[in-house]
Amino acid sequence: MSNNNGQSSNEKEVFDSKSYLDMELLRFTTAGSVDDGKSTLIGRLLYDSKSIFQDQMDAIQESSKRRGDENLNLALLTDGLKSEREQGITIDVAYRYFSTPRRKFIIADTPGHIQYTRNMVTGASTANLAILLVDARKGVIEQTRRHALIASLLGIPHVVICINKMDLVDYKKEAFQKVVKEFEEFSTRINIKDVRYIPISALFGDNVVDRSSKTSWYEGPTLMYLLETIHISNDNNHIDGRFPVQHVIRPHSDDYHDYRGYAGRVAGGVFKKGDKVVALPSGFTTTVKSVELDGEQLEEAFSPMSVTITLEDDLDIGRGDMLAKVNNVPKQEQDLDAMICWMDDKKPLQLKGKYAIRHTTKEARCIIQEIVYKMDINTLHKLEDDNNIGLNDIGRIRLRTTSPLLFDPYSKNRQTGSFVLIDEATNITVGAGMLIK
Amino acid sequence: MSYRINHLKELESEAIFIIREVAAQFENPAILFSGGKDSILLVHLAKKAFFPAKIPFPLVHIDTGHNFEECITFRDDLAEKMGARLIVGSVEEMIKSGGANEETGANASRNRAQIPTLLDTIEKNKFDACLGGARRDEEKARAKERFFSHRDEFGQWDPKNQRPELWNIFNGRKHLGENFRIFPISNWTELDVWQYIAMENVELPSLYFAHKRMTFIRDGVILSDSVHITRKPGEELEERLVRYRTMGDATITGAYLSDADTIDKVIQEVAAARETERGMRADDKRSETAMEDRKKEGYF
Repeated sequence: MSNNNGQSSNEKEVFDSKSYLDMELLRFTTAGSVDDGKSTLIGRLLYDSKSIFQDQMDAIQESSKRRGDENLNLALLTDGLKSEREQGITIDVAYRYFSTPRRKFIIADTPGHIQYTRNMVTGASTANLAILLVDARKGVIEQTRRHALIASLLGIPHVVICINKMDLVDYKKEAFQKVVKEFEEFSTRINIKDVRYIPISALFGDNVVDRSSKTSWYEGPTLMYLLETIHISNDNNHIDGRFPVQHVIRPHSDDYHDYRGYAGRVAGGVFKKGDKVVALPSGFTTTVKSVELDGEQLEEAFSPMSVTITLEDDLDIGRGDMLAKVNNVPKQEQDLDAMICWMDDKKPLQLKGKYAIRHTTKEARCIIQEIVYKMDINTLHKLEDDNNIGLNDIGRIRLRTTSPLLFDPYSKNRQTGSFVLIDEATNITVGAGMLIK
Repeated sequence: MSYRINHLKELESEAIFIIREVAAQFENPAILFSGGKDSILLVHLAKKAFFPAKIPFPLVHIDTGHNFEECITFRDDLAEKMGARLIVGSVEEMIKSGGANEETGANASRNRAQIPTLLDTIEKNKFDACLGGARRDEEKARAKERFFSHRDEFGQWDPKNQRPELWNIFNGRKHLGENFRIFPISNWTELDVWQYIAMENVELPSLYFAHKRMTFIRDGVILSDSVHITRKPGEELEERLVRYRTMGDATITGAYLSDADTIDKVIQEVAAARETERGMRADDKRSETAMEDRKKEGYF
């Protein structure tokens, strides 16, 4: 393996200066089954970026030996809990961290079996990018399609198809192209904005961090280079001004007697001093007096910044309300259409059932008016006569809330378009929803 | 126009969002303050979250009685500076009243005795949410911890029955008697913490920087000379240039040989480190699942 162009700089010495002040954060998700090399790939990224510490390494070596594994089992790095190690499977979302001088990465590592759809959905909800592993010998299989569908439904902006185990197909271009063609045919039926393909061998490290000399026909970047450079600052909505009020700051002190600040995290657009804004649902308009944090005046705030906004007028605004731009307001509806992923293992979604609903910083109650269809997540077929939506199922529903939600379609804004349903008896989060209209 | 913030600002923004959620969703929250850099960071973030109002939570310290002197002084000063109420749960008193057991022998520690003291303090003060500075990269059992970690009426954590957390939506609903542990800096690594501390000029106890100290070596761990530890024969005292990477009891927290006496030097050292920061914690070395087992019982 040679180190020519496209090679990431993974030397930790580069932390010397204050260059870390210029690093970005990228969240990505990996989904895959036990034997497609996902754990090996993550182990490889951590290992080759020098993110594995000596004591972790020693612990893995020790465990590998005890388990009777022939080689160092990099998969043990990503197995957290006792029960998982015993069963040899990953049952939850595990978060991993590594960084290079360019970026810090958060990996949401999830198991790929159909019974773990809810974990994949959870990991996908905050991801900028998804890595889908495809075995070069097997090509696009049911599981690949399922993962791609979830990535598309959850609005992950970038998807990287890693065609793995290239070593087992002699690094042949034809094997790679066959998988690319298969995926392209399938992906016309779903909506993913940005798809990339990389031929890799996680086991031997080809095109993971270091460029492979065995795939001279491949001119694209290595996986690490792509992760370090893919453009993500436009992944958030910077057009439609949305500020869900989280908490009202009232110091009641002599110095700040009349101070009233609205605390929140910008969910869309850009807010700055002097902006004309409307407080919803009341509809009163006013002007932004300051955008600040910790007493420091900020020139502007955009997603995902947490700030405090003060207004020129004294309005009655509280948690669950939203500030928006006067000429660009969110939808306000009580009757809503949404896609839902069911997460409760005890009880399926109840038609006419009542749930607590959390959307941005607002909580309300809702009733399930209609189950429009259940989706076959392998074939993408809409099963209109099947309205049994149980654990790990995805479907389309119509619901009515006790008060209007201030929202945007999920395809426009992942923050203002998402919600969860909570079982009012158990308080468990049972459903993850994406608003359509 | 490109709208981007660096990774430290994004982590800060996430943590502040979570801290504000706690103020909004719970009636009687508290910050668990260990005296370590992560809980100091948490206090700093909480201050930013609510300024110009004061931090709306008390600081709770579970004091084993085996702390480094410097940490206790620092704790008192910080509470005063923030105008926050300080509540101390004493492991010493818990042991005296029979609520916790004192371990005996040369390797004795009060680490486990913190659990009943913590649960007792939560119950007595009726805290419904306790913010902690735990991070997912610290230890493998913590890698699957939620931001909002639900605890039953016995304070126990059930790793198999955790609520899914999606997007920015956090579900803090609970039944009477249950409570939550909240971990706003879950996604930070040790290096992130140090970089942020440098960026924001956060003040830390001097123990985190290289200093000369009388120490001895036990099982490969450099321990500080302390009235709370009985040295065994052959454990000779020697002055060494050391610093600490985590702050636990003086009886179990190992020091590192280091000449990093400024934040910038510490950042370089952490970036090049070959061992995780808990590598020198004797409490984690007891078994492969030591942390997971303690967490299930109600540990931090």
